[in-house]
Amino acid sequence: MSQVIFLKGLMLGVALAFILPILLPPGRRWRVPGGIVLGLGLGLGIAALVPSGYLSYFIGFMTMASIYAILSLGLNTQWGYTGHLNFGVAGFFAVGAFTSALFTIEAPTGLAAQYTQVLFGLKMPFVVGVMAAAVVSGAVAFLVAVPVLRLRLDFLAIATIGVAEIIRLIFQNERWLANGPQPLRGIPQPGRCLFETRHCEWVPDSLAWIIEPLSTRDYTAFYLMIVAGCLALVYVVLERACRSPWGRMLRAVRDEETSAAMSGKNVPFARVQAFVVGAVIMGIAGALYAHYTVAIDYSHFHALFATFLVWIMLMLGGSGNHRGAIVGAILVWGVWAGTAFLANALEPLLAAIHQDLPGRAQYIRWLLVSLLLAAVVLFRPKGLLPEEMRVSRYVPDPKRR
Amino acid sequence: MTTPPSEASDNAGAIPPLLEVSHLVMDFGGLRALDGASLSVEQGTITGLIGPNGAGKTTLFNVVAGYYEPRAGRVYLNGNDITGLPPHRIFARGLCRTFQIPREHASMSVLENLMLVPRGQAGERFFTSLLRPGRVGAQEAALRQHAEEVLAFLDLSHLANEYARNLSGGQKKLLELARTLMADPKLVLLDEPGAGVNPTLMGRLKENIARLNRERGITFLIIEHDMDLVMSLCNPVIVMSEGRYLMEGPPEAVRHDPQVLEAYLGGQYAAAEG
Repeated sequence: MSQVIFLKGLMLGVALAFILPILLPPGRRWRVPGGIVLGLGLGLGIAALVPSGYLSYFIGFMTMASIYAILSLGLNTQWGYTGHLNFGVAGFFAVGAFTSALFTIEAPTGLAAQYTQVLFGLKMPFVVGVMAAAVVSGAVAFLVAVPVLRLRLDFLAIATIGVAEIIRLIFQNERWLANGPQPLRGIPQPGRCLFETRHCEWVPDSLAWIIEPLSTRDYTAFYLMIVAGCLALVYVVLERACRSPWGRMLRAVRDEETSAAMSGKNVPFARVQAFVVGAVIMGIAGALYAHYTVAIDYSHFHALFATFLVWIMLMLGGSGNHRGAIVGAILVWGVWAGTAFLANALEPLLAAIHQDLPGRAQYIRWLLVSLLLAAVVLFRPKGLLPEEMRVSRYVPDPKRR
Repeated sequence: MTTPPSEASDNAGAIPPLLEVSHLVMDFGGLRALDGASLSVEQGTITGLIGPNGAGKTTLFNVVAGYYEPRAGRVYLNGNDITGLPPHRIFARGLCRTFQIPREHASMSVLENLMLVPRGQAGERFFTSLLRPGRVGAQEAALRQHAEEVLAFLDLSHLANEYARNLSGGQKKLLELARTLMADPKLVLLDEPGAGVNPTLMGRLKENIARLNRERGITFLIIEHDMDLVMSLCNPVIVMSEGRYLMEGPPEAVRHDPQVLEAYLGGQYAAAEG
């Protein structure tokens, strides 16, 4: 095994070691150590056996799946726990992405400033960008929540989809804010300096030799580690906060609002809290996305990709179940990515039918994902990993007595 | 035709009523559900609230518990004005209500339906749950014990780990009562606790209400159409009609009062009965 493959495998392994313990069945003592060992082993194994082209594809796939998993977790707090029919996921995703971008890019000067206009460019570190994304997204959610959360279910869905469209159109049209309809480029990536110049301010040079054999294009594996780590962190935070009296209060509000109020719960406040917490998580996902793609523009935040795909993920995985949200995200992203190959493979067939059809082959993907959604709703309405009866983790599990 | 209950000032020196409702008015569109309703519930009693359908009994409960804000009138609990406070604030002052049609939290276990209720749960704050699992865990253990005691008291222990939605109608009524017990209330408003409950369960419900009143000094205000339950449990009984206070008195007196019969049956029948 060459040094390059070992290092790439190690980075992939670390990323998988963040994700696999979540996916293993909970409540067993070997869950975390087992998941870590399995993840590291799997990472090294994949790196050793899979050709490097496919390996990069897999790394990219896992990065996007993890970002979607974070979105799906955010939606789970809102819909799964509290019953907010939020069709505005894309809005908070966009706010997070643009906020983190503006906090971390360098404001263009001179000639470049003519082509790229930004409200500000603070050149802050990645971590600050992500935190700012979380805070701003949460603040926007709070402002939106005050009027909008008076609505329920389908009315709330319509209102939130409107909010998300407003946010997207602002980023599309307001040039001074984040370069209007043009892409906002040059979003820095954390630790990329290490791969490009072998030198980063926050890493002692004495450690830089570790990645010496790697080239710039291997950076994606490093970024996957960061995204997977964030996913694990978000999971742990939500698991703790939701599987507690807080989550129980949310679920009580979802099940029967009046009764929750008569049990002394401050229902409007609980609803706002869940909405804001979910939006904070979506904002974090947005930040991770912005630093992954390096260039973002309004078109990335269409409801189809950033809202409805997330909904399908949560529905398939199981609303009300954090593990389900993550499993659903990985599976649906798998289907989505897989159908791209299918669409390409079908092109000759479509060409034989009509000359215009191959150009529209990509829409087959939406067809398939929609069929998947229909199948989930019909055959597995509670998702692959349904919500548990028990909310608080301090209560003994009724299934294990 | 009606005499509002005596104001606290009239019988100076006596304990003020636990609940006092004065001249409540509540409209739903063109319908006046409460039309100047006034009544008071004395500390330590099991007071019945009866009246024909549409008399405004449930609306009165909803206003008292803070679910609706009245158009006019005041509500006093223990002498404090609670009119227009949100439900959770009124709950915090020791008032608890149940629903005519049980409103259980269907997707949770019976045990957690009860553990939900008590106030002052540190774990209901996001950051406490996140950062202080030890403290939340200790509180949860205490809550669980309390919930298990309440379940044992009402003979529901075997259902602790059942989905609340799987309970029978009568069991859900008991769950509603159990919920109020978790709150450690001063005053409980029960909306038709006997409706749809089989006679055996009904007997137990009655027994439990009487016991709670006797042993824990909880005051009850009960809407009920089942006259047996009202007659054997409640004293005094308040009668409402057309959104107003009609009269009140011991159950026997109320039963034979011509005004009450008239309200229920209309004038001509009352004359025949009398």
